[in-house]
Amino acid sequence: MLPSAFEYHRPSTLDEALALLAEHGEDAKVLAGGQSLIPLMKLRFAAPEHLIDVNRIAGLDGIEERDGALRIGALVRHNQLAASEVIARYPTIATAAPQIADPIVRNLGTIGGSLSHADPAGDLGSVMLALGASVVLRSSSGEREVPIGEFLVDTFQTSIAPGEMLTEVRVPTPTARSGGTYLKMERKVGDFATVGTAVFVQMQNGTIGSAGIGLTSVGLKNLKATAAEAALAGAEPGEDAFAEAGRLAAEASQPVTDVRGSEAYKRHVVDVYVRRGLARAIELARA
Amino acid sequence: MEATFTVNGAEHTVDVEPRMLLVHVIRDELGMTGTHVGCDTTSCGACTVLVDGTPVKSCTVFGVQADGREITTVEGLGAGGLSAMQEAFKEEHGLQCGFCTPGMMLVGTALLERNPDPSEEDVRWAISGNICRCTGYINIVAAIRAAAAAKAEQPAVASA
Repeated sequence: MLPSAFEYHRPSTLDEALALLAEHGEDAKVLAGGQSLIPLMKLRFAAPEHLIDVNRIAGLDGIEERDGALRIGALVRHNQLAASEVIARYPTIATAAPQIADPIVRNLGTIGGSLSHADPAGDLGSVMLALGASVVLRSSSGEREVPIGEFLVDTFQTSIAPGEMLTEVRVPTPTARSGGTYLKMERKVGDFATVGTAVFVQMQNGTIGSAGIGLTSVGLKNLKATAAEAALAGAEPGEDAFAEAGRLAAEASQPVTDVRGSEAYKRHVVDVYVRRGLARAIELARA
Repeated sequence: MEATFTVNGAEHTVDVEPRMLLVHVIRDELGMTGTHVGCDTTSCGACTVLVDGTPVKSCTVFGVQADGREITTVEGLGAGGLSAMQEAFKEEHGLQCGFCTPGMMLVGTALLERNPDPSEEDVRWAISGNICRCTGYINIVAAIRAAAAAKAEQPAVASA
């Protein structure tokens, strides 16, 4: 199965890319890693008339902490995230990155592309929900920063406007002891997650100050388990708090019975993974 | 649309539709059929090539994206003879039907460039994007580790 025809553009600067996006609007798609877009095009689920290949644009692949936030350029590849010493200080991201897809796909797949693609089975969407991240959207007329929860609207739908391109992801740098992890169940490497859970915890004087929980493949989009998060705020870390959070997260998920498992099974996995994830997060926070 | 790139050290210019996948450019335009199409879903890795030394699934890249790049296909392993990796696959019986083998050998070759002494787990992780329907992977892993050992023993003699 082969993609339909399109006009191919390869801008060498961001301004050129934004001008092309402004010109072609809804008829254009950005081509970064292409590891989600091209498979869709091969199935003809996507048939953009214009592809804007942004891979040669410099300056979009940085990873740095500055002014209280971790800034990840949109073109950072998943393998780059997995190998980064800076990212190692953000264990929710560092544990998720090597579990995305497979090692070859990770050579090309990008964080900007992954978040813009907004697949509910995408791992990084859940990670960013747990971390309270935001995305920077640029167009030829300006720039805006959008919280990830607002950016991820629905299945394969974001709040990006025609002419806009995601250029950076911003994650608040923790201000207190913190920890996190990403647990992913998949039938085999490279399969979509049966269930994925992203967990982040920030401590406050020995109790849990705040928590973030993002869920993969159990809804129409990446889900933020807000009730579970609220129950954890101010809680004494321990089995009771974890069990309650797991229960609430499982309740909040909307899994569908399919080849990867029944609805009940997936809910159960959410519960177990949230509990395990929290235990691991607290362990790291206390280390 | 024209694209110029190096394949196994030789420069090629092709004039293809942008929608032509790199795997089809390699197989149909350039006549190198060692790179295989095994699935429709970017899952199997039979199409793996090296682009500037990095494994890439060529069924999920457009040919025009490779403009200016250096591509290595299985035909480019071993200058005139067999590379250490190919020798190892032969000696260790690392293939049966051979369909996944080009991808496996290229991924193995790239692995040894960055990790000359991989553990069994390192190898299994590295090939986890390549599916084999025949062997159960045991001899593939053995072959890649044997190639590593051969290269460690005689680095000047065993070619990449």
